[in-house]
Amino acid sequence: MELLLVFIIGLLYGAGVYMILRRSLVKLIIGLILMGNGANLLIFLLGRIVKGNPPLINSDANILGEIYADPIPQALILTAIVISFGLQSFAIILVKRAYKVVGTDDLDEMNATDEDL
Amino acid sequence: MLIAVLSGFILALSLVITGKWIKGKGAPLVGLFPLALFGYFVSFFPAIMKGESLTFTYEWIPSLGVNLSFHLDGLSLLFCLLITGIGALVFFYTAPYLKEHIYLDRFFGYLSMFMGSMLGLVLSDNIITLFVFWELTSISSFFLIGFNNESEESRRSAMMALSMTGIGGLFLLASMIVLGTVGGSYEISTLLGSADMIKEHENYLWIIGLLFIGAFTKSAQFPFHFWLPDAMKAPTPVSTYLHSATMVKAGIYLLARFTPMLGETVYWNGTLIIIGSITMVYAAIHAVFRLDLKGILAYSTISALGILVFLIGLGTDQALLAAAVFILVHALYKATLFLITGIIDHETGTRDVSKLSGLNKVMLPVGIAGILAAISNAGIPPSFGFVGKDLIYEATLGFETLIWVLSGVALLTNICLMYAGFQAGIKPFTGQLPKAYEKVHLPSPLMWVPPLLLGSLGMVFGLMPFLIDKSLIQAVVNAMIRGGALDVELKLWHGFNLVLLLSGITLAAGFLLYYFLKPSALLEAKTNRWEKLSPKSLTKGLGGIFSGISKLWTGFFQNGYLRYYLIFALTFLTFILAYKLFKETELYINFNDLTGITFYEVAAMVIIAFAVLFTVLTKSRLAAVASLGVVGYSICLVFLFYSAPDLAMTQFSIDTLTVILFVLVIYNLPKYLKLSNQISRVRDGIMSVIFGALISILTLEVLNEPVLKETSQFYAENAYTLAKGKNVVNVILVDFRGTDTFVEITVLAIAALGVYSLLKLQLKSTEKE
Repeated sequence: MELLLVFIIGLLYGAGVYMILRRSLVKLIIGLILMGNGANLLIFLLGRIVKGNPPLINSDANILGEIYADPIPQALILTAIVISFGLQSFAIILVKRAYKVVGTDDLDEMNATDEDL
Repeated sequence: MLIAVLSGFILALSLVITGKWIKGKGAPLVGLFPLALFGYFVSFFPAIMKGESLTFTYEWIPSLGVNLSFHLDGLSLLFCLLITGIGALVFFYTAPYLKEHIYLDRFFGYLSMFMGSMLGLVLSDNIITLFVFWELTSISSFFLIGFNNESEESRRSAMMALSMTGIGGLFLLASMIVLGTVGGSYEISTLLGSADMIKEHENYLWIIGLLFIGAFTKSAQFPFHFWLPDAMKAPTPVSTYLHSATMVKAGIYLLARFTPMLGETVYWNGTLIIIGSITMVYAAIHAVFRLDLKGILAYSTISALGILVFLIGLGTDQALLAAAVFILVHALYKATLFLITGIIDHETGTRDVSKLSGLNKVMLPVGIAGILAAISNAGIPPSFGFVGKDLIYEATLGFETLIWVLSGVALLTNICLMYAGFQAGIKPFTGQLPKAYEKVHLPSPLMWVPPLLLGSLGMVFGLMPFLIDKSLIQAVVNAMIRGGALDVELKLWHGFNLVLLLSGITLAAGFLLYYFLKPSALLEAKTNRWEKLSPKSLTKGLGGIFSGISKLWTGFFQNGYLRYYLIFALTFLTFILAYKLFKETELYINFNDLTGITFYEVAAMVIIAFAVLFTVLTKSRLAAVASLGVVGYSICLVFLFYSAPDLAMTQFSIDTLTVILFVLVIYNLPKYLKLSNQISRVRDGIMSVIFGALISILTLEVLNEPVLKETSQFYAENAYTLAKGKNVVNVILVDFRGTDTFVEITVLAIAALGVYSLLKLQLKSTEKE
């Protein structure tokens, strides 16, 4: 299973890189989201994957049992998902706004400062 | 002592509050401050006279061996007196000179900062502190030279001076560090003890080579001299202060200070003699053809600095004595000449020597000062300059080899310098007074008393050398000689000998030159033709090439296209990763620890793979966003399979929100086009495949490493016992790392605010353009 996940991570990274190299701002954001997903999976995998043992303490115990999924990567990823949502929503609105003002979402047409326009 | 050194900086700071008062009525009173310092340093005379030296140490960064240790001996005292004495006169002189200038307070601030730095420089015993003060003089002089900051030329010469002396300073730092490492100490007084060891060390040549570059740039030695004439764009009080006694003498001070430690080797003496003589002759000849009074003075200053380097290079007791005396002689007459030039410029509005004459009829005291300075400069008895020049000839005649070459070089220089001095000090005050200048009047006494005082001192010391020979000069010379215990007695009259003959030849030739060679624009123009070959033009050309290359370089990397930045960064990252991975790691897959595969997992993976590919390849934006949602939900499934229910829930809700947000704004956006051409798509495709593959391989390799579970173990054991929570992930987020989560919420709140304001923002039609 790890091998499959490794492949998916590589795919997400590769697709993310391809998308952020496009000229369209929307594609740039899509690329960032893909890469972000790849990074989340990477962290998740590197904490080792465990089936059917979520880091929840049994109602009759005080500590976790012997085999359990690592809670730390999960906490990290949870944070990352939420933060990346903040970033994405801001970026999406910014793209919308930029298009309204500049009239394009082509990065190559946005690289001049006000004075050159 | 620390207070004395730092007081300049304190005064500069205090101007923030007192600036207004100083701009108005207080201006003439600021001079009392350097005067007080002058008095303070005079009080050390008795101790120095007895041959003692004083040390003051204040710890600064003891762990690095950097201390604020100050050492006052004859050499330092001479410089301190020049810095504060001439400083006081310059302060007084500035008050009427820049009267009602809007930045007069700043000027005094820069000036006192500069004075403080110079004092620190000549008093430092620690070579790192010495470097710090050295650079501080460069920085404060930058502000002084560029004081007329509305003038482009002035700004450019300030930049030139700063870059030359600043770069020289870095060489000095390098030299000091090598010296400190070789000698095992950063204190000059300690290093003096290991002088022999340093001189035999293999890095000796590095030490002196780097030191020379530092000293030569500061003291405007050939081929680094060109910043000095340019620096004449500064207001005249600055030129007076920087070029007669302080800034440019810092290099001389450095050489003098290190002579007992590093001197007396063929490299040290040979280099100094050669560079010194080239500089003194080159600049002296240049000085002859200048028309601008300040230009004349600039080149004669360079030439005088050349003489000093040359004398230190000769290195005999006589030569060092001559250098010590000449430092004082030069400071006195050069400051006078600069000051009277300032007065002439201020009152008549011109510095063109060919237009000036007969001014003694309207400003007699200034004329007297000029003539006194010219006499001392020419070395006509009974001036102090005569004593100095005699000593120079004695030094060249007393050297072991090449007596006639050295004396000839000195003779030629002295003749030209005498001519230059006459041009600056006598020519404007003799002959017919042009009609245009008949209404010129004498300026405020604060302006004409300082030059008259300095000019007269040149005579007083000449007539009564006993005033300073035992008290000051002797200590100065002994500080330059290793274990020096020379008995100094200065005399005006040495009897009839070869030295007197050389002096006579100098005077006769100088007078003849003055009589026959009249300054003219034609001659100056002729010499200017050689400018193309001068070090200044060469440096400028070199600078041009450098800035051209840097422009290309910047244009290549900073081209304004986001994707090229990304490509550069990613390519670099890929190469570094790949190199490290394939060079140093053994690649293998550990099949034993893998978890098994079930059908639904494979299904989820296949869905992700197809959805990703579809997102990348589709031509419809809506489809891309939708399949992005599919990717997110499938990842959600992966989290669910592998025991992360919290993640699955978060991913699910966030992904839903993102897709909704996207869909909401999508209809506002332009057409979803393929903007890139075929070639760049292929190129980016190859890059992404390589990068993705690399990440995969990297992940596989990391999976081979054992994983540390100590931290997880801690949370697993304490989640309930300490924080009373059964869901460990939640406990980590809201309890153990609660502050982080709080900050995260803040970040989200700020993002929400940003989104809200971007949505609500109504731009005026003009701002939309």
